[in-house]
Amino acid sequence: MAQGNNSIKKVLIVAFALCIVCSVIVSTAAVALRPMQQLNQELDRKTNILNVAKLYEPGMDVEEVFSEEITARVVDLDTGEYSDEFDPDTYDSFEAARDPASGRTLSGDQDIAGLSRVENYATVYLIGGEDDPEQIVLPIRGQGLWGLMRGFLAVEGDGNTIVSITYYEHSETPGLGAEVNNPRWQAQWEGKKIYDEEGDLSPEIHLTKGGASDEYEVDALSGATLTSNGVTNMLQFWLSEEAFGPYLAKFRSGTEPEDAEETDTDFEDVEGA
Amino acid sequence: MADVNAKGVLTAPIFHNNPIALQILGICSALAVTTSMSVSLVMALAVIFVTSFSNLFVSLIRNHIPSSIRIIVQMTIIASLVIVVDQILKAYAYEMSKQLSVFVGLIITNCIVMGRAEGFAMSNTPGMSFLDGIGNGLGYGFVLMVVGFFRELLGSGSIFGITILQTVQNGGWYVPNGLLLLPPSAFFIIGLLIWVMRAVNPEQVEENEFKMKENTKPKEAV
Repeated sequence: MAQGNNSIKKVLIVAFALCIVCSVIVSTAAVALRPMQQLNQELDRKTNILNVAKLYEPGMDVEEVFSEEITARVVDLDTGEYSDEFDPDTYDSFEAARDPASGRTLSGDQDIAGLSRVENYATVYLIGGEDDPEQIVLPIRGQGLWGLMRGFLAVEGDGNTIVSITYYEHSETPGLGAEVNNPRWQAQWEGKKIYDEEGDLSPEIHLTKGGASDEYEVDALSGATLTSNGVTNMLQFWLSEEAFGPYLAKFRSGTEPEDAEETDTDFEDVEGA
Repeated sequence: MADVNAKGVLTAPIFHNNPIALQILGICSALAVTTSMSVSLVMALAVIFVTSFSNLFVSLIRNHIPSSIRIIVQMTIIASLVIVVDQILKAYAYEMSKQLSVFVGLIITNCIVMGRAEGFAMSNTPGMSFLDGIGNGLGYGFVLMVVGFFRELLGSGSIFGITILQTVQNGGWYVPNGLLLLPPSAFFIIGLLIWVMRAVNPEQVEENEFKMKENTKPKEAV
């Protein structure tokens, strides 16, 4: 190898040229493929929503069915009313939770799902029309054993009967905790009730060991106690008054949530209800 | 390398000089991605792409790389290629890239890629280096597929996602072996594979570096 290769000038030239060439290649790939990647993420999210609502069939046109069947709305978690402040297609509740302006910190005893921060507004997906939906798909998330689990819970239009549950992002142990996505386990959720008849906002639904005996219980995952606890905790949190409780209460009492502009004046009444 | 010919360079790393089984490189990712065969296959293709092209580019500029910064130059080339692969997977094989998650990025630290760039591409022509990269990628892929075959079949009762043994969870008879879904099981399978390969090719068996002494009797020890 030539002696000149190790001169300071040569080292700088090679390093600089290499950096330029590599950064051009990397940024070209990143920029050129970005639209495709975003499309994939979007498609994945829509597929999961259709899946939890039991509308998904392999090979169907996800985009078309989604736009036909599903209406996305942003809900004010505090009041349970719809809000037009955000565009449901672009609103990212995960980001919003981190922003001090659009999220809040949970205190220790509120934070059963291990989230530490929660957003003030969340996106819900309505199936079968906005006014009298057949199903409501709610985003849920919380700590499992190894990390954050993110998923969807589909509830019937009565705001109380569960249709299905699915997780699109988790890092649970394969064969044990990861059985949350086993269709046979998911099938048990159908027809379970979230709240008892007392009409308060504290959810009754939970996982239990050794066989579910009533409509508020679902069999826990065998060999995955901590994942099962995580699932129970995140349902207890997201269906409580801290999150979707007030929203679902409107369906249970038969008064549909109205648009924010129309109800601006009687916020007090709603909160008192 | 005594004889550098195209066929030898391409096929030797698969059985006779396998990067995982003989050189014991790249074990980490072999443990992580082999729970199912389809994931192993995509990972193997990604590694074949990265080793071959990093070898090619390193070899192309080998006479201009100052030896004082050669490792950094190699790393930069490898890292750029890995990012390109990661971006392509996210765009065209989204489901797969979700399952592979961080392990595509970790190809950067895969010793096989680095080892071939430094050990072969720095001193051979671009064409040979490219073939050497493909060969070593194939060797890595071969082990991945074997390990993935046993882990998926015995761990989840399927091959490429197609059910072979109906598991108890899905109403069948087969009780899957949970250990095989966890990374440590790959150690056992790779260990057994190395045993088989060295039994077939006894010349691969290494000589003992240290001789164990025979057991001493209690009397002698005093």
